[in-house]
Amino acid sequence: MPQKSLVLRNCGVIDPQDVDSYLARGGFGALRRVQPGMTPARVIEEVKRSGLRGRGGGGFPTGLKWEQTARSPGERKYIICNASEGEVGAFKDRYILEKDPFMVIEGMAIAAHAVGATKAYIYLRSEYGHIAGLLMNAVSQVEQKGLLDGCGQSLDIEVWLGTGGYVCGEETALMESLEGRRGEPRARPPFPPSQGLLGFPTAINNVETLMNVPWIAANGADGFCSLGTSQSRGTKVFSVSGDVERPGVYELEMGTSLRELVEELALAGDVKMVQVGGASGRIVPADKMDVRLSYETVLGAGPVIVFDRSRDVVDIMYRTMEFFAEESCGKCAPCREGTQAMMETLGRIADGRGVRKDLKALEQLSNAMMLTSSCGLGQAAPVPIIDSLRYFGEEYDAHIRP
Amino acid sequence: MLAGRNDARLEKNLLVLLERTRDVYGYIPEHALTGLADQLGIRAVDVYAIATFYRALPLKPTGKHVIKVCRSVPCYLKHNRPVIDAVERELGISPGHTGDDGLFSLELVNCIGACDKAPAMMIDDDVFGDLTPEKVTEILGRYR
Repeated sequence: MPQKSLVLRNCGVIDPQDVDSYLARGGFGALRRVQPGMTPARVIEEVKRSGLRGRGGGGFPTGLKWEQTARSPGERKYIICNASEGEVGAFKDRYILEKDPFMVIEGMAIAAHAVGATKAYIYLRSEYGHIAGLLMNAVSQVEQKGLLDGCGQSLDIEVWLGTGGYVCGEETALMESLEGRRGEPRARPPFPPSQGLLGFPTAINNVETLMNVPWIAANGADGFCSLGTSQSRGTKVFSVSGDVERPGVYELEMGTSLRELVEELALAGDVKMVQVGGASGRIVPADKMDVRLSYETVLGAGPVIVFDRSRDVVDIMYRTMEFFAEESCGKCAPCREGTQAMMETLGRIADGRGVRKDLKALEQLSNAMMLTSSCGLGQAAPVPIIDSLRYFGEEYDAHIRP
Repeated sequence: MLAGRNDARLEKNLLVLLERTRDVYGYIPEHALTGLADQLGIRAVDVYAIATFYRALPLKPTGKHVIKVCRSVPCYLKHNRPVIDAVERELGISPGHTGDDGLFSLELVNCIGACDKAPAMMIDDDVFGDLTPEKVTEILGRYR
């Protein structure tokens, strides 16, 4: 079986309303091992050695992020759990938080010990208001049991229901929003580990990243390194949707093929293409589905959207760009204007009103946006367009007026 | 929105104050917006700039219940069009509008993270999935 339960090992097993059921499964054993047993430097070393990288799509080495946060001077430091899951087709963080909120909290507590933070936020996207109560209950149960009162400093965790849209998943936009301003990305550097929330050193990690931390702390880096590929250690959680019989959340060892996920687990048939990583994800045509999912090849934050042969590529790309045009925060011109122009062009082609030079324009716009947009939104929005032009050029041609 | 205990550094930020205003009125009325600016000693335009950035801070009154139907690709693939049509028909309003009785507002929104039960929609904070036109009729009936 390619499925491997590490992050999801408690999901569906414990009662997310009851911390005792988590404790009965060995919960908070990792935190007790770390605090007071391991110095912050040793925890960071262990996480660095594990090769754990950010699961929100960026892939930045977690240990390095923590080390930078720990080393940056600051009278206080923050941990933020990024649960602003807004990528199209993404629902794995929602699933994790609904089923096992306690392990995220334990991961945050270990992270706080490592970087020297006394305050932590779980930032939920506004559409996840339905799980805020569950999370608050989990935090208060953990606090009541005194599980966060380690040696020395204790940790205060707050659940924060966000206001913003897609762009507020970008870490600096998220902090701007948390501080009460427009959720527009900041210029970087400085990066959050040196100047994050309210200007203080901040380690901001995705939900799934933090879910890996207790396992690493309890079992050691070596066990984690034995899973996955050389640059992608451990497992990855995917959320599969679209033209499949069994949409849902699947955890696989890194390096498992996309074909296994899509055809064997999610039971897709007659696949035309798969978009891996959400609206800004790469397009993988059916004949390339043997690709092994990893940071080295194709991965993203976890969304996997499957399209069967009945789908019109240009129509899908138009809808994808419509999403970006709406979610662009408008701060920088390449993204604000570029997504709009691309959407209009794709709409025209989809309607059969496109001309040949529109295809050239799409490529030029894509290149300009990728080079000059100020954050990941504008830089990544053209990715599926370029991929689809490359793999399905003849479908675009078929839409073009002679 | 502050959901847990208060953080003295963040609890009085403008966005939190605007959310509280919305929770009182259901939207951000102009008098509240200018009132906040006066109270904080800042320009009204700076408050307006924040309010207009966030879709969750409407400047016009909304219905008692806000219905958000997902129109992103995963829901599109699972035939959300008949569902959107059914909601419009049931409510007698098009997206972006509020019914005359003030009970419902309708919006088409981007991915709400419920693609495993597409097509999906939210009514206030609650998520409804695997929708069909028949199911829409039944669900809306519960809110009437």
